[in-house]
Amino acid sequence: MTIQEVSYAASDDGPADEWGHLAEMRVDPIGLFQRVHDECGDIGRFRLADKDVVLVFGAQAQEQFFRAPDSTLDQAAAYPFMTPIFGKGVVFDASPEERQQMLKNQALRGDMMRGHAATIEAEVNRMVAAWGDEGEIDLLDWFAELTIYTTSACLIGKPFREELDGRFAALYHELERGTDALAYVDPYMDIESFRRRDAAREELVALVQAIIDRRVARGTVPREERDLLDVLISIDMTADYITGIFISMMFAGHHTSSGTASWALIELMRHPSVMRDIVAELDDLYADGSEVSFQALRSIPRLEAALKETLRLHPPLIILMRVVAEEIELAGHAIPVGTVVAASPRVSNRMAADFPDPDAFDPGRYVDPRQEDLQNRWTWIPFGAGKHRCVGNAFAMMQMKAIFSVILRDYEFEMAQPSETYRDDVSKMVIQLEQPCRVRYRRRQR
Amino acid sequence: MSFRVVADTDLCQGHQMCQGEAPEVFGFDTDADVVTVLQQHPDESLRIGVESAVKYCPAMALAIEEEQ
Repeated sequence: MTIQEVSYAASDDGPADEWGHLAEMRVDPIGLFQRVHDECGDIGRFRLADKDVVLVFGAQAQEQFFRAPDSTLDQAAAYPFMTPIFGKGVVFDASPEERQQMLKNQALRGDMMRGHAATIEAEVNRMVAAWGDEGEIDLLDWFAELTIYTTSACLIGKPFREELDGRFAALYHELERGTDALAYVDPYMDIESFRRRDAAREELVALVQAIIDRRVARGTVPREERDLLDVLISIDMTADYITGIFISMMFAGHHTSSGTASWALIELMRHPSVMRDIVAELDDLYADGSEVSFQALRSIPRLEAALKETLRLHPPLIILMRVVAEEIELAGHAIPVGTVVAASPRVSNRMAADFPDPDAFDPGRYVDPRQEDLQNRWTWIPFGAGKHRCVGNAFAMMQMKAIFSVILRDYEFEMAQPSETYRDDVSKMVIQLEQPCRVRYRRRQR
Repeated sequence: MSFRVVADTDLCQGHQMCQGEAPEVFGFDTDADVVTVLQQHPDESLRIGVESAVKYCPAMALAIEEEQ
């Protein structure tokens, strides 16, 4: 392969290291991906254990990457760190593409959105009910718990959600923490975060087993009171299998939504004039007493622009990977079968050629006539792009609009620590806010 | 000044949001599970609905091309 390999950072042992760039990947993945672009241009490669990862940049190569059909670039095989989380024994009858399609045709259907918006509003209200007039929250803990309730209620069913509490959220968090890039060497390596991941999964199965036992003892209920769990019990699936299905259904929507809500609030606190404009926009919108479940499905231009800009600067997934299943040409190079190829939303979203002053938070980018998202369909990629563009993106935007409609209506927020100390922990493949990430709230005087 | 509506059916995921935004312009092929463009050159009065459809398409599969 004539594709240039990126240099080794000082922290690595260099090319002699049998794990290649893995050490840097576990400390500073964004720096690594950026350096691939800086040194190699539109196509370059780094080494992850025994695998070459070819990283492409720019509209042309990224369009080739995102347009490739499943038969050419395989998604499922590219993420070995997910297997122990979904469950080794859980074999799905459907491919990831088919499951994605099923989710889109059921829980994410357009006509379900209004009900979901009402559900999300109610979940935010339940968590805010304990707040009082002022206090402090940890963004990661708070939004991670909220989004466990919203994703379980909307994607699995309200009866199941009613069985959950903070314990489920804490265990789910351990799964997300169990995504160390060492999984590219061995997903079952004997390390602390993998042991905790496996223990958490066992506890989740036990929680689900207890819920199943209660349902069985209760007997059948009328059809309209049933949820997906009742359906899966009725076809004799085991708790382990059902837990695997639920974990996988919730995974794509959980840490992504939780992180985006947190970063949106941080960016609004960092930019008080943007915050003021959005609070005024929401006050106007709800002045007539209209419902969140109505407005969250409609246009809220300033809030939407701020959310898009948050997603551009802080995409929840910093790298999207595929395995080459049949030879493909990318940026003028033929890439052989078995190679891992990837694009980096984090690097792409900050390319100065497409996004002037790329590190600046500027919601004005999405206003006519700039529309930097629509103008850069293959490089503005917080949700990916192409046929596999996140099927949940409309749900996600609606959820963000519902959450901020509720919390900004009743509360104002300020940073409880220096602005620059809010940052991501990038040591795992699933990135999350680094703690502490504390915020003060105070009930609005109106 | 008129405009042309373009739909990329390789990208369309069949969410059918565009039919809500501009039902005169967008239809749906249920067999192929993808959008169909009913009017390639809609009247200027339909522009706002088409612009919303382009903006809110979850698959970013729609575009407007300006024509002289």
